[in-house]
Amino acid sequence: MWWTRLKALIVKELLAVLRDPKGRTVLIVPPILQLLVFSYAATLEVTNVDVMVLNRDNGHWSQDLIQEIDGSPTFRSIRFTDNPDEVRVAIDTQKVIAAIEIGPTFSRDIEASQPAEVQLILDGRRSNASQIVSGYLSRIVGTLAANTPAGKRTAPDAVSVVARNWFNPNLTYQWFMVPNLVASIALLIGLIVTALSIARERELGTFDQLMVSPLRTHEILIGKLIPPMMIGLFHITIYILAAVFIFGVPLRGSLLLLYGSAVFYLASVVGLGLFISALSMTQQQAILGAFLFMVPAMLLSGFATPIENMPSWLQPITYVNPLRYFLVIVKGVFLKDIPAVEVARQTIPLLLIAMVTLSAASWLFRRRLE
Amino acid sequence: MSDAAPFVRIVDVLKRFGNAPPALDHVAGEILGGRITGLVGPDGAGKTTLIRLMTGLMVPDAGKVEVLGFDTVTNAADIQASIGYMPQRFGLYEDLSVQENLDLYADLRGLPLPERVATFDELLEFTDLKRFTARLAGKLSGGMKQKLGLACALLRKPRLLLLDEPGVGVDPISRRDLWKMVENLTAEGIGVVWSTAYLDEAEACDSVLLLNEGKLLFSGCPAELTARVAGRVFKVSGIAHGRRQKLARYLDEENVVDGVIQGEAIRLVMRPDTKPPGLNDNPHGPSAATTAPRFEDAFIDMLGGGPGGRSKLAETQTPFVIENGRPVIEARGLTKRFGDFTAADAITFDIPRGQIFGLLGPNGAGKSTTFKMLCGLLKPSAGEGRVAGFDLRRDAAEARNRLGYMAQKFSLYGDLSVAQNLSFFAGVYGLSGARKRERIQLMIDIFGFGRLLDMSAKDLPLGLKQRLALACAVLHEPEALFLDEPTSGVDPITRREFWTHINGLVEKGVTVLVTTHFMDEAEYCDRISLIYRGRSIALGSPDELKAQVVSAELPDPTMEDAFVALVQGSEEKEAA
Repeated sequence: MWWTRLKALIVKELLAVLRDPKGRTVLIVPPILQLLVFSYAATLEVTNVDVMVLNRDNGHWSQDLIQEIDGSPTFRSIRFTDNPDEVRVAIDTQKVIAAIEIGPTFSRDIEASQPAEVQLILDGRRSNASQIVSGYLSRIVGTLAANTPAGKRTAPDAVSVVARNWFNPNLTYQWFMVPNLVASIALLIGLIVTALSIARERELGTFDQLMVSPLRTHEILIGKLIPPMMIGLFHITIYILAAVFIFGVPLRGSLLLLYGSAVFYLASVVGLGLFISALSMTQQQAILGAFLFMVPAMLLSGFATPIENMPSWLQPITYVNPLRYFLVIVKGVFLKDIPAVEVARQTIPLLLIAMVTLSAASWLFRRRLE
Repeated sequence: MSDAAPFVRIVDVLKRFGNAPPALDHVAGEILGGRITGLVGPDGAGKTTLIRLMTGLMVPDAGKVEVLGFDTVTNAADIQASIGYMPQRFGLYEDLSVQENLDLYADLRGLPLPERVATFDELLEFTDLKRFTARLAGKLSGGMKQKLGLACALLRKPRLLLLDEPGVGVDPISRRDLWKMVENLTAEGIGVVWSTAYLDEAEACDSVLLLNEGKLLFSGCPAELTARVAGRVFKVSGIAHGRRQKLARYLDEENVVDGVIQGEAIRLVMRPDTKPPGLNDNPHGPSAATTAPRFEDAFIDMLGGGPGGRSKLAETQTPFVIENGRPVIEARGLTKRFGDFTAADAITFDIPRGQIFGLLGPNGAGKSTTFKMLCGLLKPSAGEGRVAGFDLRRDAAEARNRLGYMAQKFSLYGDLSVAQNLSFFAGVYGLSGARKRERIQLMIDIFGFGRLLDMSAKDLPLGLKQRLALACAVLHEPEALFLDEPTSGVDPITRREFWTHINGLVEKGVTVLVTTHFMDEAEYCDRISLIYRGRSIALGSPDELKAQVVSAELPDPTMEDAFVALVQGSEEKEAA
């Protein structure tokens, strides 16, 4: 009996989303946009850099340095100048991100085994990119320094660093981003589909119809929770397939663990969505509420910036963010074979959050009925 | 322009939206100054479209509309400067006071400042809103909102006033006030267009354009239309019991065009030169007398008569035994307070099995609140409501399994198809397997959904939506039916069909609670509670209520007369 009722409600919820052109749009457009934008456009890598060189030196060492820069794939073009004012203008108008000034005694100093200097001017407005460009250039200068007579003499004694990146050997940006997206798409879809469901019924006046049916309050709640979770799992699956087959991200861990924890993750997200839905009177309010939660949730999750970099007073807030825990699991399952114990350690907070959000939502839901 | 020239000339107008059948199908007509022209027809007949064409907000696909000598396509601005238009939901700003709304519309219409004081004064006097200038528009009653809307439309005295369904959501008393105001305007030579779905309002107009499904059925004086059925309308009385079965039998007679219940009596429209059958033999039995025809009688006659009296729905219903036990629906001192406002105050009544009980009252009087408490949508502040012996708050699920609910506005799932809606409601009421298939198939056969199963419910015409809503409400054979203004805006044929089903079900022992502000609908009830300002001010059968207000001026009061008199009586009592 209760199963008949619940099944009817779940089927209806799925149909209501799928048959509504607006509902279908929500399910199709944002996921595709998110996949394209985040994996191709929102790249954190620095490429296609333009630099300017102000070379006052006539020796071959400066020519070597310029050739090294020119040969590096990071840099797109090099502009030459002999006027310091032009450097100022080029950086100011963002024609170049960095300028290298080589002094007149550069080659002579090197030949004389004296300290030689190169000045690097960077555009501080683009702090992140500048830092990375500075790193690249320093490395090039360092290589050059090792080849100077003085450098060669000291080389055997110098400490050499050999860097090797585990899990993502070539530091491919998409290996990092696409697993993140698996978690964020589930957040987006779970939140919006749930938030809209009750608000839509309120707006259309069908909610009263549900309330006078023999469906009990908890059945309505369950019936409202399961369909968004199913849709969320569907999107997770699509994204996993895209990650493996389109972006070539390795899948090293257990899918079972991923899906198992995804259920708890979705439960906590859907609970939040239901909470927003119970608070909103119209679909517009529900969408707005969902985004009001989602933007800070993305920023406070470790999605783009590491949580460890946040000020210590802000970090505790991330403890209540379900995305934070699921990101660890998704990245772990994809890039390394994350052990079950670690998955469990991340899933327990998800379980707690789900319990809190679901009971808060059902409390508010019941209260709103009075 | 001479007085004789019509204010509006509608010439063979065609208007179509998308692929649907035309909203207006070659409509032609004239609207004269100095009189009220009724634009009459059920919802979806094309009334609003025609009004919007007259304002120049919309352009016809073919034909043309001329307003005050201007063509709506080329001179829309000239027209808009000299008409007043009150849309269905007039754009009052609910968070502004009455005075602020007037100021705003005076600004928008460019009313010169020096004229304002006098104009406001006159309009507030005219609409009787002077006492409420500081009140927020959102806090006004439905009738007062319409009056304020009218005042705003009249700020610059228009030559033509277009009113789109001004009577909706307004109680009969305010409706009469509003009507009087508009009548006064026509005395000044203003042309008024009053659109309505209420056929009794049509009767009072100077002339009407009767629309149905986009087609013009009649244009002229309403008396001319009603005259067509003169001498063919009978009131059959003396049938205290079994009037519903009797009506069903009448409706199946060849010569009966239309029939409705009127309290204890039956009103019949016969084919020309025929008399109600089966009345001659018994002197103590029912008797029939001709009675004055009404606009609705003629309308139905024009559409070729109402539906038959058989309800396949009722025939397949398993009867509920009418035992002499407790009533099926009970209200005991139901009270609901919102803050310091009492929406319903100690409402008490009970409904025995197999009866129709009506909650009648103006909007905002508390009938919906009472209704919602009884079907478990609102928690009473005091008192209790029971359905089939179950308290709706405590044993909600048991009680709800036994009730069917049909909401005021179409509230099925518009994006789901007809079949999916039926399947959903069957599932929610616990039907499964063979029984589910059987019941759904039965509804499809009864209501003729066969070809429409895959259509989204929101795309159905209004009459079919109403049928689908009824089908979903009775799928599980409920003991009690809760109907919240079930037929507002529906065409009269569908309304009759609906009541044929309800009457049939009631004969099988189903108990019905209905809220309505349709006076015709009230006539179907066995008993009525008249709710006003949160209290039940009268309780009794329709004929008892009418009898309470019989006077020298009103020897044969209609339900509406009774309503107005009882409400006014209650106000006087309160004032005393």
